[in-house]
Amino acid sequence: MNTPFAITLRVGSSLANKTGAWRTERPVYVDRMPPCNDACPAGENVQRWLYHAEEAGYQEAWRQIMADNPFPAVMGRVCYHPCQTACNRAQLDESVGINAVERFLGDEAIRRGWTVPVTAPPAGTRVLVVGAGPSGLSAAYHLRLRGHEVTVRDAGERAGGMMRYGIPVYRLPREVLDAEVARIEAMGVRLELGHPVTDLAAEMRDGHFDAAFLGIGAQLSHRTYLPAGDSARILDALSVLRTIADGEPPRLGRRVVVYGGGNTAMDVARSARRLGATEALVVYRRTRDRMPAQPSEVAEAEEEGVQMRWLSTIAHAGRGSITVEKMRLDDTGYPQPTGELEELAADSVVLAIGQDVDRSIVDGLAGVEVRDGVVQVGPDMMTGHAGVFAGGDMVPSDRTVTTAIGHGKRAARHIDAWLRGARPARPPRPPLATFDRLNTWYYSDAPATVRPRLEPARRVSTFDEVTGGLGESTALYEARRCLSCGNCFECDNCYGMCPDNAIVKLGPGKRFAIDYDYCKGCGICVAECPAGAIEMVPEPR
Amino acid sequence: MTVQRVKFYQTGSFAVGNRLLDPAQRSTQARMDRANSITSGHRACQGCGEALAARYVLDAASRATDGQLVVVNATGCLEVFSTPYPESAWRVPWLHSLFGNAPAVASGVAAALRARGRTEIRVIGQGGDGGTVDIGFGALSGMFERNDDVLYVCYDNQAYMNTGVQRSGATPPAARTATTPAVGPQPGNTFGQGKSAPLVAMAHEIPYVATATVAGLRDLEAKVFRAMQLRGARYLHVLVPCPLGWGSGTGETIRLGRLAVETGLFPVFEAERGEVVAVTPIRRRLPVEEYLRPQRRYAHLFDPAVRSDVIERLQAMADRNVRRFHLEGKR
Repeated sequence: MNTPFAITLRVGSSLANKTGAWRTERPVYVDRMPPCNDACPAGENVQRWLYHAEEAGYQEAWRQIMADNPFPAVMGRVCYHPCQTACNRAQLDESVGINAVERFLGDEAIRRGWTVPVTAPPAGTRVLVVGAGPSGLSAAYHLRLRGHEVTVRDAGERAGGMMRYGIPVYRLPREVLDAEVARIEAMGVRLELGHPVTDLAAEMRDGHFDAAFLGIGAQLSHRTYLPAGDSARILDALSVLRTIADGEPPRLGRRVVVYGGGNTAMDVARSARRLGATEALVVYRRTRDRMPAQPSEVAEAEEEGVQMRWLSTIAHAGRGSITVEKMRLDDTGYPQPTGELEELAADSVVLAIGQDVDRSIVDGLAGVEVRDGVVQVGPDMMTGHAGVFAGGDMVPSDRTVTTAIGHGKRAARHIDAWLRGARPARPPRPPLATFDRLNTWYYSDAPATVRPRLEPARRVSTFDEVTGGLGESTALYEARRCLSCGNCFECDNCYGMCPDNAIVKLGPGKRFAIDYDYCKGCGICVAECPAGAIEMVPEPR
Repeated sequence: MTVQRVKFYQTGSFAVGNRLLDPAQRSTQARMDRANSITSGHRACQGCGEALAARYVLDAASRATDGQLVVVNATGCLEVFSTPYPESAWRVPWLHSLFGNAPAVASGVAAALRARGRTEIRVIGQGGDGGTVDIGFGALSGMFERNDDVLYVCYDNQAYMNTGVQRSGATPPAARTATTPAVGPQPGNTFGQGKSAPLVAMAHEIPYVATATVAGLRDLEAKVFRAMQLRGARYLHVLVPCPLGWGSGTGETIRLGRLAVETGLFPVFEAERGEVVAVTPIRRRLPVEEYLRPQRRYAHLFDPAVRSDVIERLQAMADRNVRRFHLEGKR
């Protein structure tokens, strides 16, 4: 061997020394379920669309929303954003303003005329959707994307269901709704409005439909016995909201009492203020924390001068006044009368105590089960009658727009599978990405942006939209507050902090790989991953 | 749509990389083409802070000098674990002589390069705290006072780890080492001993002195770049947690570096010609206990009884650093 003096071995690289043999545990990359995605009733991949928005890839972000939900601009206004309630950032400073970013993306899509192409080959099947509300339109959209011929029939003159006839315009301007409905129609979904469906079997037979989705909502105002004088003016909340939506507001008078504690009650009380009522009083049997209404709606109503009277029922309604009875909660939390009465001035009483499903559509359909006033469906959204699916407020549900849209999507997936004789692929549900798994040191301090809101003084005189949108730079900022819980966002911490160069960077968008020949299993990458997207597992034998 | 500049990039500059930043603004360690000056297969312990810091420093220096670099290494862990004959983990021209003479050898390399007119090739001397603060200190001081054109980097893990965790002049008070056992009324290393090598370096009024930790990558890289812009004697003191000697979890290395800064026990600053010109303010100040508890070298402060008297003295040291270096300023 020809080597220099006193040198007996050739110099080699340390790469010959496979230090991976030292390891007793190994790091592996994982993808966990972000709490926002987990909480979304429409099944949006919130974190993924925020990821695109973070890079100012607004169209990609919007397309990611559209993969699950055809109403981003509506959602950005009316969704009660359970994603934000679940958001891990709330434990750091404040939740990411997901809803505000969604609205920005939805508005941007309308402004720029982005559309969704139907690329699936024609399936050769026809589906009838009854009800042009959120669940029906969502089902129609997702079925159309899968290549089915879809016809939507609705008794109303215009599409939107409760989005049009239930939600006041100060929360959802109608041009926004119109634009998102028109986009679905442009995909080839047939809308047949002013067409009430009474005999489902006949309509399906005559129209050669292979399956049906029912999403007729819960449009009958719940009735309760209310002792009332002949001249008392008592209305129901849905017809009040509907006449306002139709542009023919009812005469409610100057002192309006709304009976009920849900979102509909808030909508009516706030609308009454805008129609000129000097006093709008909500009467509710239980306490504030037991109100079904969203806290944000209650707060906005109070800002607008709506008054609340908790633990009270209406004992009698008369001409120009009502008698309320004070209640107290018993040990089980149920309100019990106390016998204490009080008389209040009231020009009209609006009942907002719940809504029922008009079940006549399923009368005579063999196998359909109705329990507790709603139509029962399986996990696949199918009723007991083969080929007839249902969703939205007419099935067991928390009765929000977002849940209805989620029902429509889920039903569409199962209708498609049912028509093709296949089982729908159920995407795996990874474990939740909890806050304690994050290393929050790495995130910038960034308080939430506040959406501009109309001054309360101006709100009570107009039906203008209360909550404003974010501009481009604030939407970008808000998106970038996302912590990407449980999923790699390529911060390079693992790649940069490995003392053994055992992490291989695969390039933008391709994430990383671990070179187990050299990884000693120290766990620095696991400890320093901001998102908790690396896990230590025992070394396989 | 007018695109406004948004000065918020999700992780800011805390993480190694940031896909939202312009590639030119990203860290050297985030680059796919980083030099990997010390490559895989070296025999450093799991979670070694020194191996990591050496790559951080030399990769940044390679980028700053376009790879025109000679590295002189003192004896110590870094030398032993990287070059067990006949293997070498170094991918830079690298030279080792003795424990105590690395600064002198580096001065010699710089002189030789000057004599040959090759001053575009830059010289880095490096070693652990033993080779730097104790054994090589005379040579280091000579290198400083002659203002030789060398960047000397000390990777400070606060004891002689390679030979079995003996106390060095950089071992902090109360820490247990093989030579400062946790016995007697004042267990661990004695208060009032040891030295701050960065402050001694500043007393030489050399062009540049800085401290950093392995937990502050962007800060460390910026300091290497700054040092490579300058000529003359420069000194960089990097705190590198040692799982073996500190008795900490192998995955805790970065966190402990961070805690050393956030508690105020290790001030991070820059000095030029003997004057402090910049400090890295504490982001979220924590009591020293947060830093002490995860390390077994301080276990005797908590078990069998909590030695709050000792912890208070350590806290007073941290408080003094915060006052002295103005560590609670605005970021």
